Amino acid sequence: MAEAAIELAGINKRFGAVHANRDIDLKIEAGTIHGIIGENGAGKSTLMSIIYGFYQADSGEIRVGGNSVQIQSSSDAIALGIGMVHQHFMLVHNFTVLENVILGAESAPLLGTSIARARSELERLEREYGLEVDPEAIVEELPVGLQQRVEILKALYRGADILILDEPTGVLTPSEADHLFRILRQLKDEGKTIVLITHKLREIMAVTDNVSVMRQGAMVATRKTAETAVEELAELMVGRRVLLRVEKGEAKPGGFLLSVHNLTVRDSRGVTMVDNVSFDVRAGEIVGIAGVAGNGQSELLETITGIRKAVSGSVTLDGEPVDLTGEADPADLRRRGMAHVPEDRHHMGLVLPFEEGENAMLGYHRQEKYLKGPFLDIEAIRADARDKIEKYDIRPTDCRLKTANFSGGNQQKIVLAREMEQDPKVLIVGQPTRGVDVGAIEFIHKRLIDMRDQGKAVLLVSVELDEIRSLSDRILVMFAGRIVGERGPEASEGELGLLMAGVEEKEAAE
Amino acid sequence: MEAFDTLIAVLDSTVRLSVPLLFAALAGLYSERSGVFDIGLEGKMLAGAFAAGAAAAVTGSAWAGLAAAVVVSVFFALAHGFASITHRGNQIVSGVAINFIAAGSTIILGQAWFSQGGRTPLLSAEGRFNALHLPFADAMRDIPIVGPIYSELLSGHSLLVYLAFLLVPFTWWALFRTRFGLRLRAVGENPAAVDTAGISVAWLRYRAVICTGVLTGLAGTYLALAQNAGFVKDMTAGRGFIALAALIFAKWKPVPVMFACLLFGFLDAFAIRIQGTPLPVIGRVPVQLMQALPYILTVVLLAGFIGRAIPPRAGGVPYVKER
Repeated sequence: MAEAAIELAGINKRFGAVHANRDIDLKIEAGTIHGIIGENGAGKSTLMSIIYGFYQADSGEIRVGGNSVQIQSSSDAIALGIGMVHQHFMLVHNFTVLENVILGAESAPLLGTSIARARSELERLEREYGLEVDPEAIVEELPVGLQQRVEILKALYRGADILILDEPTGVLTPSEADHLFRILRQLKDEGKTIVLITHKLREIMAVTDNVSVMRQGAMVATRKTAETAVEELAELMVGRRVLLRVEKGEAKPGGFLLSVHNLTVRDSRGVTMVDNVSFDVRAGEIVGIAGVAGNGQSELLETITGIRKAVSGSVTLDGEPVDLTGEADPADLRRRGMAHVPEDRHHMGLVLPFEEGENAMLGYHRQEKYLKGPFLDIEAIRADARDKIEKYDIRPTDCRLKTANFSGGNQQKIVLAREMEQDPKVLIVGQPTRGVDVGAIEFIHKRLIDMRDQGKAVLLVSVELDEIRSLSDRILVMFAGRIVGERGPEASEGELGLLMAGVEEKEAAE
Repeated sequence: MEAFDTLIAVLDSTVRLSVPLLFAALAGLYSERSGVFDIGLEGKMLAGAFAAGAAAAVTGSAWAGLAAAVVVSVFFALAHGFASITHRGNQIVSGVAINFIAAGSTIILGQAWFSQGGRTPLLSAEGRFNALHLPFADAMRDIPIVGPIYSELLSGHSLLVYLAFLLVPFTWWALFRTRFGLRLRAVGENPAAVDTAGISVAWLRYRAVICTGVLTGLAGTYLALAQNAGFVKDMTAGRGFIALAALIFAKWKPVPVMFACLLFGFLDAFAIRIQGTPLPVIGRVPVQLMQALPYILTVVLLAGFIGRAIPPRAGGVPYVKER
């Protein structure tokens, strides 16, 4: 066995009633890429935060390079040569790259010398690892891929030998992800140890040497990547057999239910976010919009659903025009048969402190069936909620619990149940499985296919390319506010990835 | 020449009137840049003024007054820090509480100690920060233009006036050229980034509110020991809030803060100057309207005239490690 870079023995961590990590034993060999997979809430991030000194374990031992260590804070971890790239970047948005890199690692009370030193050090790292980034650039003006590179540079600048990456590819295009993997392999070749946390099985198979699986706070297995398979890992993660491929029949498209013509939308700063976009969605088909987050998909969804005003263009819902000047309120569109599962369930989909039952009908609360005269009919609302809980397998099953107490997957099911049970003509879905575990993803995908087979028009926006490819009957790719290409579901990931990265149609076809 | 002399006189009092605003606004800058909103500038300034007046009256020393003001004001700042940093309380509530405590306790203690209706005894020259005369101020007085500017406008202010204006470049330097400043700005924007870099968020923010306390102490000292000869109840008269407005108006940047404070000071000086004198066209303007001018301007400026003022992103939000 190779020497261990990090060894964990009997790590336990509780947050109140939640046992986030239970008796974790883990050995990460030096000079390898070690993957850690598990569903949301399996305890991966908690475990890594313990290694990085963000939390302290309730019990257990951490050994780094063979020595037992106490990691009380992030500075202890940094001193031990541990660096972390967080899922949500720990960058100061209005600082330059250089300022972000030196923050906390300044060599003197005055910045002058630190900056000079960092500049030459960045040049060296750029040469050695191909980590190019303009040191004077303001971080928030950089694309996410580069922001992540700044995070990696921060860790390397602090002399990290062990690099932990928490869900690093969630925000990247496939080609950016591939580039990241190349960098990781190169770092490994230089003798660094890499810990990669993810819930994407494909990444584990592509880049890791070893893989450990977590489920419900426990470490359930460790395998050599070469000796395992996606199916086995998925089963270990979920604890039962999962269907990784979505099964669906031929689409039987009918009439046009949603038509968008020459739609242009600007944001509050006057920047064009949606640029002359046209497409149709027919009854009985799922049209997927692929693209890296921030290329106008959110604005497109918000305009179609009446939340945002358009500058020009038109939208037609089942033959009737939709007023785009801001007069079309979402409630009116709902009455006309458009249901909307928003991209961000916490921000737009749910009121977290409300009871589950209230959220299960919010937005439809003016409907006769929920009312008793001018008042809400609480009994009817709860009966309706219980019905949805059963139909969508929402857990826990108590509709009087606060929505905040439900897991991400169950919260998403609450929103889906609310929108799908209205029997809409058009269903607009944004990021249906963001932060949702594998088991619930399977369920949600099945329900979306059901909606299609019932003759609904489904518009699906997702940054998960796999999801778009397995659900959609037609795929539109959005880049910089424009639809840059249309493909069938058989389009390869590489082809779509190039379109998503803004490579011109002609080049992508070659 | 008379118009010129009038202008010099108005500008001279502009400088004097903007000094307490400048101290207070810079005080707020340190705190708010670190992510701790502070509407308690008013209260800290008032407490500082009282401490300065009381200590100077008892000891007869202006420096003792200044020391007392800084100590008391820092104490109040730490109380705000304790509530909002350590206990993650609501920063607005804590700030309001400090304003009330300061307003009430200064009167009660003043009455109890000095029995002069809440004011502190009038101070002699030793107990005050008196005007400093710059070299050759008298000799240059008669040179046209340059003379009055030098000897009236630049010379003849108390030490604290010069200190206030020196603090502007100092604050800029501290904020943008030192390690402390880099971390201070970072913790106001993204405390998690600071925490993961291995720096204590709480300690950093405490140091920021201590800076705030020192500067509001200086603001109070100026009011009690330089502008006046002792503490008078409610002598801050809303300057802490005007300073806050100036801070927002200046988008939390040191040099614009100075200009914002000068603008408010100028309006104040202008209002005093034209009190009672009929204006061309308009005629006589009620005193009350002139006195209200700085406040009206505050509302107008803050109601969007300045464009979007983007506060430090983490401002007002207590830092909790996310689960």
